[in-house]
Amino acid sequence: MTEATLPRTARFDRLGTLLGVTGVAALAGLSFVLVKANRIVPGIPRSLLEAAPPLAGWACLACLALAATAALFVFNARLRLGAALLGIGALLLALGAAGDALTPLGNRVVRISAGPAFWVVLVCLGLMATDAITRMRPGPARRVLWLAGFIAVAVLALKSGRFDHLSVMREYAVNAERFSRELLRHVLLAAGSLGAAALAGLPLGIACYRVPRIREAILGALNVIQTIPAIALFGILMAPLGALAAAVPLAGRLGIRGIGAAPAVVALFLYSLLPIVANTVQGLRRVSRQAVEAARGMGMTPGQVLLRVEMPLALPVIVTGVRVVLVQNIGMVTVAALIGGGGLGTFVFQGIGQTAIDLVLLGAIPIVALAFSAAVVLDALVEVMDRVKQ
Amino acid sequence: MITVENLSKVYDGTTVVDAVSMVIEKNTTTVIVGTSGSGKSTLLRMINRLVEPTGGRVLIEGRDTREEPAHLLRRRIGYAIQGHGLFPHRTVAENIGTVPQLLGWSAARIQARVEELLQVFQLDPKAYADAMPHELSGGQQQRVGVARALAAEPAVLLMDEPFGALDPIIRAKAQEDLLEIRRRFGTTIVLVTHDMDEAFHLGDRVAVMSGGRLLQYDRPARLLTQPADPFVARMTGMGDRAMRLLSLTTAGEAALPGRGSGPAVTASASLREALSELVWQGADSAQVVDADGTARGHLTLDAILRHGRPS
Amino acid sequence: MRPATLLRCAALALLVSFLLAPQRFAPLFAPLTQYGAPPIYDQGNLLSLALAHLGTVCLAAAASTLLAVTLGILVTRESGREFLPLSRTLVNIGQTFPPVAVLAVTVPLVGFGERPTLIALFAYGLLPIFENTIVGLQTCPPAVLEAASGMGMSARQRLFKVELPLAMPLILEGVRLSLVINVGTATIGSTVAAKGLGEVIIAGLLSNNTAFILQGGLVTGLMAILLYDGMAAFERRLLRSVRIE
Repeated sequence: MTEATLPRTARFDRLGTLLGVTGVAALAGLSFVLVKANRIVPGIPRSLLEAAPPLAGWACLACLALAATAALFVFNARLRLGAALLGIGALLLALGAAGDALTPLGNRVVRISAGPAFWVVLVCLGLMATDAITRMRPGPARRVLWLAGFIAVAVLALKSGRFDHLSVMREYAVNAERFSRELLRHVLLAAGSLGAAALAGLPLGIACYRVPRIREAILGALNVIQTIPAIALFGILMAPLGALAAAVPLAGRLGIRGIGAAPAVVALFLYSLLPIVANTVQGLRRVSRQAVEAARGMGMTPGQVLLRVEMPLALPVIVTGVRVVLVQNIGMVTVAALIGGGGLGTFVFQGIGQTAIDLVLLGAIPIVALAFSAAVVLDALVEVMDRVKQ
Repeated sequence: MITVENLSKVYDGTTVVDAVSMVIEKNTTTVIVGTSGSGKSTLLRMINRLVEPTGGRVLIEGRDTREEPAHLLRRRIGYAIQGHGLFPHRTVAENIGTVPQLLGWSAARIQARVEELLQVFQLDPKAYADAMPHELSGGQQQRVGVARALAAEPAVLLMDEPFGALDPIIRAKAQEDLLEIRRRFGTTIVLVTHDMDEAFHLGDRVAVMSGGRLLQYDRPARLLTQPADPFVARMTGMGDRAMRLLSLTTAGEAALPGRGSGPAVTASASLREALSELVWQGADSAQVVDADGTARGHLTLDAILRHGRPS
Repeated sequence: MRPATLLRCAALALLVSFLLAPQRFAPLFAPLTQYGAPPIYDQGNLLSLALAHLGTVCLAAAASTLLAVTLGILVTRESGREFLPLSRTLVNIGQTFPPVAVLAVTVPLVGFGERPTLIALFAYGLLPIFENTIVGLQTCPPAVLEAASGMGMSARQRLFKVELPLAMPLILEGVRLSLVINVGTATIGSTVAAKGLGEVIIAGLLSNNTAFILQGGLVTGLMAILLYDGMAAFERRLLRSVRIE
């Protein structure tokens, strides 16, 4: 079609070169770990070889060198992915080893955290792995399997105790009980408001599709709601809910209060409606006229046409809306912590308040992991449904 | 004159155009015809270097096309494609004025040229100059596309399936317009199509391509009477080749002197149409008249049939 | 269309008059306060907070637009094609990051104040613009691009005269999404000591003053809606001239 596809003259991979150079520069110029005498004081920078025991340090460097070589010269996506994962593993183990080595026996105050070099190299390797996975174009089932594999490895690695001397894990150890409670609460808040929104949004979407006159008004109103910042909407809802609780004692006993989970759930529910309603309408509109005509021609009632033909065909688009909502909700529940709604945001904002980065990370990393996993699983689901449809 | 010498294109080891040589005379219409994947579009696109040849060269008026940067070369060559490719964000006048603007013409000159072309294509400048492409009908869009290709008065006009997306009636009109353009501007036209009827209708010369090779490059009548290759014969159609041959000659060209009897056929009608009229009317001779009704001679059934046989 | 325009003007008038003379609205908010707490935010000037908020948001959006459009152009050129698949995946992954998490992770790197907020807004704002730039440039009708080259436009002329104008509606939509997300995320910036309207809400949360929460929420909400709406109107005007079938 377009210009002649030029013969591949480059003997290096350009992306690999960029990543390799960045990674090497970071290792040479930035600190690998930060050592703090306690939680508050500024950290003392240490390079990889200063921090990790000599054997672990050199082994890690060797693995990283191997990964860099692969990044530059290897074009096979599988080999590149393998090299990147090897590098990531080595990097993490070296960090764990550095934590063990730098923590005096029995000392529970000293904090060892990852330094800029660690993060930069991790990002470089992550990009290399992502690029390789993208080139391999794994199918939906394989992507979910890999995700499950990664999560299993991560959980096992954290349980193994190899990373216990790192500051994030120290924060975890202090907050372990609260952590699982807030994690559960986070998931419940995100999924619960999604469920409520799906229950209300599907009929609303069908109504909008069937009655074009109300479509614009409803979608317009939902669009306006979407633009209101989360914290503002939480705040705005606190007043009426508070008033409701004061006026109707039963509501108060049911847990409806101005602060806490109630305004968060209501706000998330409102935010969730737009993607679900809009995608339901969109999905139904995309159903082929012929299929509907054929169903009518065979004598189906309007209700049967909707349930047996239109909804099944519209389902992938609707699930895409669910994916958007779930990922968005997982992020927004974080803000709910500000109004006493709980969830992992509690750690984030507590961490910000105490200038404790590790506490922030203890909240933020699981949030990102949750959102990412939800996206991978639901994307795979949509893809599978699209395939079945064809 | 365009001289194509040994032109080849190889993509990743696949030869798409295989050592094609041909000479395209000035002020003629040459139609390159072939099935999809025959390399016809690639051949056309190597003339204005939208595709760079792997081997061989193209000379226009004796000058190697590689002597100047490709984009400057293209500004001297008109180019029209299927689906017109009008810029949706620019008015009709701006679309037509694209190349003159690239060439740095004065605004007044561009405007004059745009109006001239709109009139040639029967589009009222007042109504259409400031219209957006999406406001036009399919046929109008196609005409603007050709007008745009002609804007900078190119000596050569390349067309890639220009009428492919049009319905039959608009398509016939567009083909007549094209014949008119050649008469009026004396442009050398090279057109690619997969439609043999279009090729026979428009082409002074027809080039048949298959599998990247140029099988035959000749006058339409010779393709029918002396196909160089079974594929050419198949392309030109074995079943109705006599009829096709008849359609290449007009009644005026074949007319015999003397006023005959029977139904009247116009001089510009093809012999195929004249024969059809005789069959329909049950007559065995016809009068040939000009558009204004003056007699030009006559035709007999026998005379017509003789034109449908290889001589 | 008419009632919508009226509503828009009313919203703008309400926002401006509240920011210019908030005390006039005190009677409205007074019922929400207890124990004689002030009904109108008194720890700073609301107008200057709103302007600071808007300034942070627009500055970040301008920077992300510049970088995201440039990157979008680069990865869709012939020479940058190698980076395209990875960029698309990264955008997909990036968008699963909650904006709050981006903000939270930035604080430890650059400290408290305006900087982490600006950086987080900038980083998160890149994604929708980058994605839309790529989609916009890649969905230019091939026939139009072919015609542009065929008529003798150089690669640069083709980019600036054809591709970017055609991609503009989508790029602007990306900028609009960025802006709206930014208005919301900037409120949270106040938890890391950035100047902005979040301050009012946080102050309300801390002192249990519903009036503060409500006015902060209403002002940011109105600002976000008006910004979204204004951008959408601008896009519609542009779209009227650029319609691609």
